[in-house]
Order: sequence, then structure tokens, then C-alpha cells
Amino acid sequence: MSRRPHRSRKNQRLALIVGGLAFLGIAAALVLTAFEDSVVFFFSPTDLAAKPIDPERRIRIGGLVEEGSVARGPGDGEIRFLVTDGTTTLPVRFVGVLPDLFREGQGVVAQGRLAGATFEADEVLAKHDETYMPPEVADALKKQGHWQPESAAKGKGS
Amino acid sequence: MHRFANPTRFLRLANALLPWLAAAAVLLLGSGLWLGLLRSPADYQQGETVRIMYVHVPAAWMAMAGYTTLALSSLAFLVWKHPLADLAARAASPIGASFTAIALVTGALWGQPMWGTWWVWDARLTSVLVLLFLYLGHMALTNAFDDPERGGRAGAVLALVGVVNLPIIKFSVDWWNTLHQPASVLRLGGSTIDPAMMKPLFLMAGGYLAVFGVALILRIRALYAERRLRQLRLSLTDA
Amino acid sequence: MSEFFAMGGYAGFIWPSYAVAFGVMAGLLLWAWRTARQGEAEVEHLRAVGLDPRRRQDAGVDVP
Repeated sequence: MSRRPHRSRKNQRLALIVGGLAFLGIAAALVLTAFEDSVVFFFSPTDLAAKPIDPERRIRIGGLVEEGSVARGPGDGEIRFLVTDGTTTLPVRFVGVLPDLFREGQGVVAQGRLAGATFEADEVLAKHDETYMPPEVADALKKQGHWQPESAAKGKGS
Repeated sequence: MHRFANPTRFLRLANALLPWLAAAAVLLLGSGLWLGLLRSPADYQQGETVRIMYVHVPAAWMAMAGYTTLALSSLAFLVWKHPLADLAARAASPIGASFTAIALVTGALWGQPMWGTWWVWDARLTSVLVLLFLYLGHMALTNAFDDPERGGRAGAVLALVGVVNLPIIKFSVDWWNTLHQPASVLRLGGSTIDPAMMKPLFLMAGGYLAVFGVALILRIRALYAERRLRQLRLSLTDA
Repeated sequence: MSEFFAMGGYAGFIWPSYAVAFGVMAGLLLWAWRTARQGEAEVEHLRAVGLDPRRRQDAGVDVP
């Protein structure tokens, strides 16, 4: 019987769908690239140094809390620390309660405004990396000298 | 392919598989719970909350697997018009929506103690919320037509349009800065999860997959019965 | 034992996530099982009284 036209109609439908999906994918990629600034959740200190930001605008910055930089006071519940992305560091001031995971050498995202050289944060969130291990394993790695907090926090470590 | 398009043959195969899948679900979830809650270590940073991973991550995987099932069935229905593919697509969306809801809720319960917030509008969390709405939209659209053929076609088109969201979910954590951490298991360069935590994670994932399979087969059976009843009512009113 | 339930102080987050995960999956399976059983019972009933939807279907074109 007439098998051929039947089959080609199916191929036509398949081609239409594949073509439509490709078109849609390209459109989505273009839109997401155009709106990249609203898609990113935070800027790194380097991003911030590279582009002028309106001091009135509420933004989020993120990076690692620099080792040994966390200082409390002088005010009640006031805390100061440095956020680094490896190249640029940014001083942050925050008054409030920190999440449990906030610690030196770990990731952090702060929301607030840039006041001069200091970032005045009104909210601080902790960002953790993708490594999961028991404390004993982490200790053993540190003892053997395989531990690099910077790269471990970025997920490139052991 | 056409052999499986025959509903009776498919149902015979599926029903033979059903008790094995159910047994696998019980065994895998049981051992996953045992290892995950009692026989696995706390995390060096996150402490005991790492146990939320064993219910959260497999749910997120099933949310993606559910959409893949939905999209492939929709493609098969649009191109080859297999009625069984339509039933599979309709069966997949509420199941996928359930797993997406689990992933979102357990994620919030993990985010609050660790990140310090229940929810943020970062690219990963937002795209998973969009996934939930795609599932709900698909459920609503397929049932919005009197003619199931038209409903199935409209739903299939929506499901295929939503496929763009899948790579966005998967790669959102690599393409943009997000609060959510990057992938730990399905990544280049191998997993970054300790083997002691990997075991309960994989057992739970296997259990979730078995639950997914059982629910999918049962829902296809329910929808097939619904079709046959509809057919009967139509032929009765025609007569 | 109570140490186990305390979950290092995170009991309020860990137990609810397990409850939600297993509760939703149980609900899903129950709903799927009941709808399948009810639908099939109804088809079976109509077949028993001699109104086999499938036989009628076979007479016509290949409808689902």
C-alpha cells in the first residue's frame, strides 16, 4: 500500500519539531545572554571593580571569607570581614545574625549597598561548595598536606 | 517500537515488572534509610544536615527524569501518533511534579539552616520552580479539551517547548553565579562526595527510581482504563 | 537514642524533609494504585454485563 507518503509525513513532523526546538534553544540562549546581569545571583569583587555600580542600587556580592579577616565589633552584633575571589578583596560590614555555615575560608553571599570602599550588607547568606566528606577524612587530608582551602572551596581540591 | 505501541502487550510486560519494581523500592529505600540515617557520617562542614541530601538529590534527579520521560513520550506522540505515548506523557507529569515538589521543599529545609534562607531567586532554584509550573501547566492543558486527541497534542507541544528548561536547570550552576553549589556527582572529573555518603545516596536514588516506575505503570493502567470507559460511553450514546 | 533524634540540633529540618519525601511518595503511589484499580474494576464490570468496550473498539478503526 502507500507506505511512502505516510512515512515522509512522519519525517516531516519530526523535522518540524527538531527545527522548532533548535530555534527555541537559540532564542533562549540569546535572551539569557542579554539578561545575564539579572540571571547572575551575585557579583564577585572583581566584577564590581570592573564596572561602576550605582551606590543606591541594592546588589549582592559573593566570594570566600578571607582567612583571619573576621572581626567583631565595635557595635553590638557588628561584624567585619573581607570577601575575596582570589584576585580582588572587598571589605564587608554587617550587623545581624550570621548563618551556621558562615566561617573563614567558606563561600558567602552578601546583599546590600556599596558605601565607598566598604560593602554595607543587610543580609549575609552562606554558600557551600560541592565537596562532602566526614570530619575525619577532612582532618586526615589536612594532616597529609593535601588540603588547600582555596581550591577545595572552589571544588578543584582533593 | 510498534510492538510496544500495543497497549495489551505493553500492559502484560509492565504488570510482570510491577512486583519486582515494588520489591526493589522497598529494599532500596529501606537500606538507604538505614545507611543514610544511622550508618553514615556527618559532614565536616554541614554536620548532620548532610542527611537531607539523601532525600533531596534523588528527588531532583527524578524531577529531571520525569521531564525526560514526558518529553520523549510527547515527541513519540506527535511524530508517530502512538496512543500509548499520549498515556505515558499524561502519566508522567503528576509524577514528575511530585518529585519536583519534594526537591523544592526538602531544598528549602536544607537551605534555611545552612545558607540562612528558605528560598532565593537564583538561577538553579528559579529554573526548578519553572519545571514545577511546566508540569502543572501540562496537567491542566491536557485536560482542558473535550477531545483527548487535541488535549494530548497541545500538552505535547507545551512539553517539548519546556525542554529548553532542562539544560538550564542542569548547567545553571556552571553558567551563572548561584547560591546553589555546583554538581557533586554528575560532573567532569568525578564525584566530590565521600564514598561513605555516596552509598546511601545511590541506594535512595535507586529506590526513588523504582517508586517512579511503579507509579508510572499504575498511572498508565488507570489512564488506559479511563480511555476504554470513555470509548464505551461514546459508543453507547451513539447507538 | 535521644541524641539520634536530636540530629545535632537540626532535627527540625532533617525529620520534616524525610517526612515530606516519604509522605509525598506514599500519597503518589496510593493515588496511582487506587485510580488504576477503580478504573479497571469499572471496565471489568461493564465487560461482565456484556458491554465490552474493547470489542466495540475492535470493530472500528484503531482508536486508543
